[in-house]
Amino acid sequence: MGECGCKQTQDQSEVFDIDSVRILLEGYRGKEEELVHALQDVQHTLGYLPKEAMEMIADVFNLSFSHVYGVASFYAHFYFVPRGKNIIKVCTGTACHVRGAKTILDGLAGELGIEPGQTSSDMEFTLETVSCVGCCALAPVVVVGEEVSKERTPKRLISSIREAEDGKE
Amino acid sequence: MARNRLKNPNDLGLLREDILNKKALDGHSVKVCCGTGCRASGAEKVVSSLMSEAARAGLDLEVRPTGCQGLCEKGPIVIAEADQTFYNKVDAFDAPKIVDLTLKRGEKIDRLLVQDPITGQRANTEEEISFYAKQERVVLKNCGHINPESIEEYIVAGGYQALAKALSQMTPDEVLSEVKAARLRGRGGAGFDAGVKWEGAKRVKSQIKYIICNGDEGDPGAFMDRSLLEGDPHAVIEGMIIGAYAVGDCHNGYIYARGEYPLAVKNLNIAIGQARELGLLGKDILGSGLDFDIEVKKGAGAFICGESTALMFSIEGKRGMPRPTPPRSVEKGLYGKPTVLNNVETLANIGPIILKGADWFKSIGTEGSPGTKIFALTGRVKNTGLIEVPMGITIREIIYDIGGGIIDDKEFKAAQMGGPSGGCIPKEHLDLHIDFDSLGRVGAMMGSGGLVIMDESDCMIEIARYFLSFTQVESCGKCPPCRIGTFEMLEILTSIVEGKGREGDIERLEEIGVRIQQTALCGLGKSAPNPVLSTIRYFRDEYEAHISKDFCPAGACASLGHYRVIEEECLMCNLCVEACAFDAIIEKRGSLYIDEVYCEKCGACIGVCPTSCIVREFVERPALSGSGKGGGAK
Ligand SMILES: Cc1cc2nc3c(=O)[nH]c(=O)nc-3n(C[C@H](O)[C@H](O)[C@H](O)COP(=O)(O)O)c2cc1C
Ligand code: SF4
Ligand code: SF4
Ligand code: SF4
Ligand code: FES
Ligand code: FES
Repeated sequence: MGECGCKQTQDQSEVFDIDSVRILLEGYRGKEEELVHALQDVQHTLGYLPKEAMEMIADVFNLSFSHVYGVASFYAHFYFVPRGKNIIKVCTGTACHVRGAKTILDGLAGELGIEPGQTSSDMEFTLETVSCVGCCALAPVVVVGEEVSKERTPKRLISSIREAEDGKE
Repeated sequence: MARNRLKNPNDLGLLREDILNKKALDGHSVKVCCGTGCRASGAEKVVSSLMSEAARAGLDLEVRPTGCQGLCEKGPIVIAEADQTFYNKVDAFDAPKIVDLTLKRGEKIDRLLVQDPITGQRANTEEEISFYAKQERVVLKNCGHINPESIEEYIVAGGYQALAKALSQMTPDEVLSEVKAARLRGRGGAGFDAGVKWEGAKRVKSQIKYIICNGDEGDPGAFMDRSLLEGDPHAVIEGMIIGAYAVGDCHNGYIYARGEYPLAVKNLNIAIGQARELGLLGKDILGSGLDFDIEVKKGAGAFICGESTALMFSIEGKRGMPRPTPPRSVEKGLYGKPTVLNNVETLANIGPIILKGADWFKSIGTEGSPGTKIFALTGRVKNTGLIEVPMGITIREIIYDIGGGIIDDKEFKAAQMGGPSGGCIPKEHLDLHIDFDSLGRVGAMMGSGGLVIMDESDCMIEIARYFLSFTQVESCGKCPPCRIGTFEMLEILTSIVEGKGREGDIERLEEIGVRIQQTALCGLGKSAPNPVLSTIRYFRDEYEAHISKDFCPAGACASLGHYRVIEEECLMCNLCVEACAFDAIIEKRGSLYIDEVYCEKCGACIGVCPTSCIVREFVERPALSGSGKGGGAK
C-alpha cells in the first residue's frame, strides 16, 4: 500500500458499490425472518453495514430503519464503520484466557497503538476479541482473517502479516 | 455424482452393499484429520503433500479427510488404514517418508508416533494410546473416522439405519417410548429429559410443529458441538428426522449454528444437500409418508441466542431476547407453534438409541444419567482435546488417565465445569462420579461440557472474574438484576484482583449473587453468579488473602506483583525485550532491568524467557498482616 494511506483509503471506504447491494437484495422475499441473513450477506460483500445499505434493506423488508438498526446492533457480528484490511481477532475464551490470551491482546494493542475494537488510522489493522473459535486445545490462538494461527509473539505476528501482504503486491 | 432417491428402507440396504462392493478393490488409504484444530496446525498442507508424494511414488493412495480425532493439540493426525498406524504432529515435509516407509514398506516412523506422557512409550495405534483407553465413543464413533462430506461413508458406517428402522418397524409412539425409556437427558446443559420434552410437543394439537437443533455453543472453551457438526453432520440430521417422526405434524427443522463456525455450516449444508438427493429429507422419506426438511440458520454473534426462547426469536429475524416462560416452547415456540429444541449432542444420541435400544443405552453411565458425555478437556492437562466418557466416571480418571496428568506435574487445584453457568470442583471432590445430579450437589453443573483444568498457578478469583466479565458483556440487558447485578459483582471482583479489595466484599458478592439467581429472567442471569459463588465456597481463603494481604497465593494476579530480572541467570538473549510491547525492559551496564513506571505488568516477558529468570514478586500489605514479605513468585 505504501504512503498514500490515510486520506484516500478513508475516502474510498465511504464509497461502496450500492448496485451490488441492490442485486444482492433482489434474492430476498422481504420476509422478516430473512432479515439477519440479508444483513449477513450485505456485510459479507461490503465488509460492514453502511447506513445507506441498511436503509435499502429496510425498504426491501418494509421495515423502519430503526428496526433494522435495532436488530443489527443487537448482534456482535455487525459493524457500522469500515474495518481494516487485516482483521486480527484474539481468542479470549476460557482455554485461551487461562493460557495467556490477555498477554497477546495487550501486546498486539501496544504494538499497533490501538485498543481492542479499534482500527488503525492507516486502515491496515483491526484488533478484536472473539470468545472461543473451537480450537481450545491449541490455546492461546489468534484468528487472522479466517485462519486460526498459533503465533504467540505480537511483533512476529504483525510482521508476518505485513510480509504476506508485500508478497502479494 | 448424481444419486438415486431411496424409495424404501430396502433401497438403503442395497445402496450400502453397493458401496461396500465397490470399495473392495482398493489400494492404500490414509485418514487425515481436517478438523478445525488440525487445520490450524496445517492439516490441509499435509493432505496435498501426501497426494503429490503418492503420485510421485506411483502409489494408488486414497486420502480421506476426517473430522476431529480428539487429540487436537497433537495434530495434524494421520492414520494409515492398512494397519491403523497412528501418527501425530505430522508436517507436510513428513509426507515423502510416510509414503515411502510406512505406506509402501509398512515401517513405522518412530518420531511421529504418539508418546505416552506418563511412560514415555511410543504407541502404534489408537488402541495403545492412553488418551483413548478410558473413553467410550458412542456419539463420536464416526467423528474422525469418516469423511464428513461423504454420505456414502456415513451409510457404510451404519448411518440412517436407525431412521430406516424407526420409519419401517416402529410407530411414532414406539419411537417416543424408546427415547423415554432410555432416559436420555439433554446434553445442552440443564439435563432435561429429551423423551419428556418430545412428548410435551406431541401432546399439543397443532398442524405445524418445529424441531430445532441448538448448535450455538456460545460457551467459551467448549467445542463439542462444533466437532460433531463438522465431523459427523449426518448423525445430527438423522436424529432430527427421527424426532420429527416421533413428534408428528413436524415438517420443518432448523439447525442454528454459531457464526464463528464456518466449517460446521459448510459441512452441514453439504450433508443436507446429499440427504435431500437420496430422499432422506424432503417428501415421503423412505416411502413412509413423512415429509420433513431442514434449514441451517447462521448465528450472528450473541451468546444469549443459545437460550431457547432467544434462539427462536433470532430465527424469526428479530433480536434474540429471552421471554418469560411459561408458555413453554413445546406449547408456543417458533412462530407461536409447538417446538422441540434439542442440543446437537442430544440429537446425535438418538440414532444409537433407536438402533440398539433403551436397555443398551442404560447399560452405559449411571442410573440417573445414562449414556456418555462429550467434554472439551482443556487447561493444564498434558492431553487436551475432545473426549467422550461414560457418565459416572470420576474427575480423577479424566485428568490423570485420559488427560495424562497435570502439565509439569504440578498440583491440581480445580476443575471448572460448565463454563459461565457452571462452577468449580476442588481437590476434595476429585473422586466425584460425574453426572447431572452429583455435579449439582457440589455447586457445579454439567453445562455444555467445557472442562478446564486448573493447577496451583491459576488464581480462582481471576477465573471467576473472567466468567463474570463474559456474562456481563453478553447479558441482553432486559432485566435489571442481571444487567446491574453482574456489573456490580464484576466491579468488586476486578477490584479484588487488582489488590483494591475491601473487608466485606466477599459477603457482598454472596448477597448480590443469590439475589440475581432468584430474580433474573433467564438462565444466563440465573447462572451468572455460579462461578463466583462456587469459588467462594471452595477457595474463600484465596479471596481473603487478596483482600487483606494484597497477596495472590497462586502468584497469578499480575497487578499484585513487581517484575524483576534475576541478573545472574539471564542469558541476555533479548527475547523479553522483543516481547515487551511497552519498552519497559531496559539494558543498563550489560544487564537488564524492568522499569516499574513503564511496566504494564502484562507478563509477556515471563512467557518468552527461556530460563525463567523473570520473576513476579509479591509483597504482602504490611499494615494488615504485619509479617512483611510474602511468598515469592512461581
Ligand atoms: C444463556 C444460555 C445459553 C445457552 N446456550 C446453549 C447452547 O449454546 N447450546 C445448547 O445446546 N444449549 C444452550 N442453552 C440451553 C438451551 O436453552 C436449551 O436448554 C437446550 O438447547 C435444550 O436442549 P437439550 O434439552 O437437548 O439440552 C443455553 C441456555 C442459556 C440460558
Ligand atoms: S437474565 Fe440477563 S440475559 Fe436473561 S433476560 Fe435478563 S438481562 Fe437478559
Ligand atoms: S510485564 Fe509486560 S510490560 Fe512489564 S516488562 Fe514484562 S512484558 Fe514489559
Ligand atoms: S528473556 Fe530471559 S534470558 Fe533472555 S534476556 Fe530476557 S530475562 Fe534474560
Ligand atoms: S478458548 Fe480460545 S479457541 Fe476456545
Ligand atoms: S481437530 Fe484434529 S484431532 Fe481435533
